[in-house]
Amino acid sequence: MSELLKITNLSVKAEDKELLHNVDLIIDEGETHVLMGQNGAGKSTLGCTIMGSPEYTVTGGNIYFDGEDITEETADKRAKRGIFLSFQNPVEIPGVTLSEFLRNSLEQLTGSKMKIWDFKKKLHAAMDVLGMDRAYADRELNVGFSGGEKKKAEILQLLMLKPKLAILDETDSGLDVDAVKTVSKGIEEYRKASNGTLLIITHNAKILESLTVDKTHILADGKNAKDGGGELAFRVLENGFGEVL
Amino acid sequence: MSEKTQINDIDRSLYDFRFDEDESDRFTSGITPEIISEISKEKNDPEWMSEFRQKCLRIYEKTPMVKWGASIEGLDVDNIVTYIRPKSRMNKDWDSVPDNIKETFERLGIPQAERESLAGVGAQYDSELVYHNVRSEVAKSGVVYTDIESAMHDPKYAEMIRTHFMKLVPPTDHKFAALHGAVWSGGSFVYVPKGVHLDIPLQSYFRLNAKGAGQFEHTLIILEEDSYLHFIEGCSAPKYYEAGLHAGCVELYVAKGAKLRYSTIENWSKNMYNLNTKRAIVEEGGKIEWVSGSFGSHVSYLYPMSILNGRGASAEFTGITFAGKGQNLDTGTKVVHNAPDTSSYINTKSISKSGGISTFRSSVVVNKNAEGSKSSVSCESLMLDDISRSDTIPAIDIKTDKCDVGHEAKIGRISDEALFYLTSRGLSEEDARAMIVRGFADNVSKELPLEYAVEMNNLIGLEMKGNVG
Repeated sequence: MSELLKITNLSVKAEDKELLHNVDLIIDEGETHVLMGQNGAGKSTLGCTIMGSPEYTVTGGNIYFDGEDITEETADKRAKRGIFLSFQNPVEIPGVTLSEFLRNSLEQLTGSKMKIWDFKKKLHAAMDVLGMDRAYADRELNVGFSGGEKKKAEILQLLMLKPKLAILDETDSGLDVDAVKTVSKGIEEYRKASNGTLLIITHNAKILESLTVDKTHILADGKNAKDGGGELAFRVLENGFGEVL
Repeated sequence: MSEKTQINDIDRSLYDFRFDEDESDRFTSGITPEIISEISKEKNDPEWMSEFRQKCLRIYEKTPMVKWGASIEGLDVDNIVTYIRPKSRMNKDWDSVPDNIKETFERLGIPQAERESLAGVGAQYDSELVYHNVRSEVAKSGVVYTDIESAMHDPKYAEMIRTHFMKLVPPTDHKFAALHGAVWSGGSFVYVPKGVHLDIPLQSYFRLNAKGAGQFEHTLIILEEDSYLHFIEGCSAPKYYEAGLHAGCVELYVAKGAKLRYSTIENWSKNMYNLNTKRAIVEEGGKIEWVSGSFGSHVSYLYPMSILNGRGASAEFTGITFAGKGQNLDTGTKVVHNAPDTSSYINTKSISKSGGISTFRSSVVVNKNAEGSKSSVSCESLMLDDISRSDTIPAIDIKTDKCDVGHEAKIGRISDEALFYLTSRGLSEEDARAMIVRGFADNVSKELPLEYAVEMNNLIGLEMKGNVG
């Protein structure tokens, strides 16, 4: 399997505070990795930096995607390469409907216009997987959505946009049991349909149960603390970080 | 499901093309009693109108310049040509409109819009209406849509014009109302008889082509009891180096139980002074709905006013103003609650960018006799950079305690989080900003007829281009 994402010696700061120090990470195509760490360990910082958030500045090291150095690229270019981030707190965009936004995004990513009928068929199929009421398509993006609805809308985007690499930043946090099931189903569907690669940031075993986890990475204080196989994630979830670090 | 993305972007050249006006009769600049009588003669004014024009000129001369809003120093009224008549008389047949004028309106999509979705169209080129047409089934219902000059000479409507013309907006209102009264030319007269509902809109389009000229069209609309009309007004002009002036006047009479919707998309070129006066009086149970998009002009003073004069009368104002580089747009609305149980609902959005100044000014007056009235004012501003400005000046004057008045104002910027979110889905920063601004304007574009909503979205796209960096 080929390396899809390769991060070497990455240091990142935000507002003059260094948050990541010399982090390394390699994810092969088609694999599922879990990223763990205590609050403030730098997990979201890493996820957002891979996506190209302007909030963070890379002070050292490189990010490679599909063998190309993307360290300096803007988020839209990374999205076009096939990187996707499911946001912990998706932003509300008043006046723009979910479906209008998705269609726009799809057209940007594929570089071609899409017939409205084809788009709707795809959209409805994806909404059905997540058991989403179709009326959501015409609602303003994330406006007035509950926490669970926002997360479902993120997974809907994942299913529609079919990225090569999906980073899920605590997509399962704050969800009830049923909502976690729905989100897991969406992730499974993404794996099946697109042979997608996953980097999952989570504190929850539930979302991992239906997936085969290939590797686990633990961050502590912005540094690589421990790497291991899939079983490491479950050990942490059962016994806490104290036992493994 | 919205289909906005399927429409190709227009470019500004659509508005900026222009024809030489050497074909036209051009009056010398400035305003004197002689010039006013020339206009009267040219237009074959009835005597009362000639006298009225002269009276307005006298009022104009002694009324001081407006000084309370955006600066209009760059405007030298004495250098504005007040009357330009294209070499064309009014036509009812599109084919007989002169080619260059026809081409102008065709490029602006007017005849096409008429075929597709309008009950009638009037097109004014410089000072005179060059084309006017109403569908036959609409004319049969007794609806009149013509220019004021014709109506003034029609025995059926002459008296109506005399008793309504500049009665709602008297020439003493302000300096430019007086100027308008003296030099007005062209515009529309609409009469909707009792109980007639026009399901499709009437439209007028104003185009100022000559340079250094003024456009002073007058719109007079009279709705009889229980009637309904949607009137759409579009305005544009090409860019010249000399400043132009638009001092139009709109007077709307809405009788008991009638409802009038008045939509405007204004895209004057960015050296125009748009000093326009609009006013509606609404009787018992009647309703005025204003939808107003202001994109063009160098300086605008625009505050459509609603006088709620009968029990249960209501007004709704939905407006958007987009001030870009070099623009100072002072817009808003006025409402007078002058009867019990009246209501007004004001919802505006303003956007400022690249140093543009956008000021929202509103005035809500609730008179002593307006017990049980309700008013809600909401204005939201979006500033797209640090050099632009947005002001909100709401005035509320309440003379009875038996009413319910609310005001809400919000000023915001595009957040970095929102930009990152949209760009992470493949949108460029420019597209992401445009999408956020379009979304911000969405409640206004929803109120517009489809082709105007499309035009507005295109204008936003155009304004947002090159915004990054």
